Amino acid sequence: MTATRTVVTARRVVQQLQHDHRTVALILVVPCVLMGLLAWMLSDADFNQYGAPLLGIFPLIVMFLTTSVATLRERESGTLERLLSMPIAKADFVLGYALAFGLLGVVQALVVSGLSVGVFGLDVAGPTWALIVVAVVDALLGTALGLFVSAFAKTEFQAVQFMPALILPQLLLCGIIVPRDELPTALRLLSNVLPMSYAVDAMTEVMTSASMSSDFWLNVGVVALFMAVGLALGAGTLRRRTD
Amino acid sequence: MRGGVTVLPGLNAQVAAGRVTGLLGPSGSGKTTLIRSIVGVQQVAGGTVTVLGLPAGTPELRSRVAYVTQDASVYSDLTVAQNVSYFARILGAPANDVDRVIHEVGLDGREGDRVGRLSGGERSRVSLAVALLGTPEVLVLDEPTVGLDPVLRRDLWQMFGELAAKGLTLLISSHVMDEASRCDDLMLMRDGRLLAHDSVAGILAATGTDDIESAFLSLVEGKP
Repeated sequence: MTATRTVVTARRVVQQLQHDHRTVALILVVPCVLMGLLAWMLSDADFNQYGAPLLGIFPLIVMFLTTSVATLRERESGTLERLLSMPIAKADFVLGYALAFGLLGVVQALVVSGLSVGVFGLDVAGPTWALIVVAVVDALLGTALGLFVSAFAKTEFQAVQFMPALILPQLLLCGIIVPRDELPTALRLLSNVLPMSYAVDAMTEVMTSASMSSDFWLNVGVVALFMAVGLALGAGTLRRRTD
Repeated sequence: MRGGVTVLPGLNAQVAAGRVTGLLGPSGSGKTTLIRSIVGVQQVAGGTVTVLGLPAGTPELRSRVAYVTQDASVYSDLTVAQNVSYFARILGAPANDVDRVIHEVGLDGREGDRVGRLSGGERSRVSLAVALLGTPEVLVLDEPTVGLDPVLRRDLWQMFGELAAKGLTLLISSHVMDEASRCDDLMLMRDGRLLAHDSVAGILAATGTDDIESAFLSLVEGKP
């Protein structure tokens, strides 16, 4: 693995995005529209309660979909096969994607949080930087999970189906609909091993307390750990030799 | 084994260095599987494949063996120059190589065009340009001339010959029999079996035919 090949790959992915204005616009605009919709339909108190966790979840979902389809496209077009016949480490490939989409995630997080706090009146007790940290880590987690599942999808149709299969259960169990303490024991235990639960806990703390406790960093750390494992598995499941 | 099917049972062959070897056979004869095994991207169920004295797919070979897949394996949403520069950096090729290879495939002036907007032939030339980056010792090309105009096809075959003269080893697959005359050696394949492997003249002499198409037929039908 070399830093150069990772960065070169990230740059190439960014160049591809530069030619695809519509995707970039959708990635940036859709979460903003959804947050605006929430602000409009909910009372101020409810918007604070539901808007904040969703602020972390939208980037995760968008990045998950984008990454899984992008990697799969690379497989189908034969460019992945060509790359892997060249002197590039599998980690270069995976980290290059993570870096590029992570960057996009940062921009998305900044735009959506800025708009939510500045225009839609999302009331944040904690510092704004903490909000952005969580949104960015969530976006990176989405990227990592997307890279990982693309190894198990043979077509773009299959890749897209991993969204409801992997992301929606987490959305149901992460504490937005029913607080995690009130879930049946089995489901609570299950929610304990799902990364989105920690993302939502971290976001909730940003909303409700002025200073970040060690729990906040623990939650962010757990999400980051899931991300790292996702990336490692993503690199591990890439095969130079295929059937 | 490819897709659970044994494609190349007991195939034994050696490709000569510094020559253009044509791998000819109809679609489905196992050309691509053989090529994928040589560049080390195919799971091989049994047997050994050795390239430049090393097992195929060894990390050291990744910058010494260049591979052009059947489909143009380039990014359609990048420009010609962006594609070539990206692969040049992955290969660690010098920066001026980008212009050189774009020129060699006759795409001067098209550097800024998006590959997705190019014709099929132009797209495979971009793919070929990538294979010429750096200093590969072995070039493995899977059907590189499909859909190209005759002038360019002639130019490319001439370039392949020049590369071989410089000491490169080229293995080029094709299902067009008339490309056989451009090769030094030929491997004729059918149903995963090697029917013949010799110089063009050698095959014609052995089969007593005047052209490779007839030679192929005579080999398939087992005539002398």
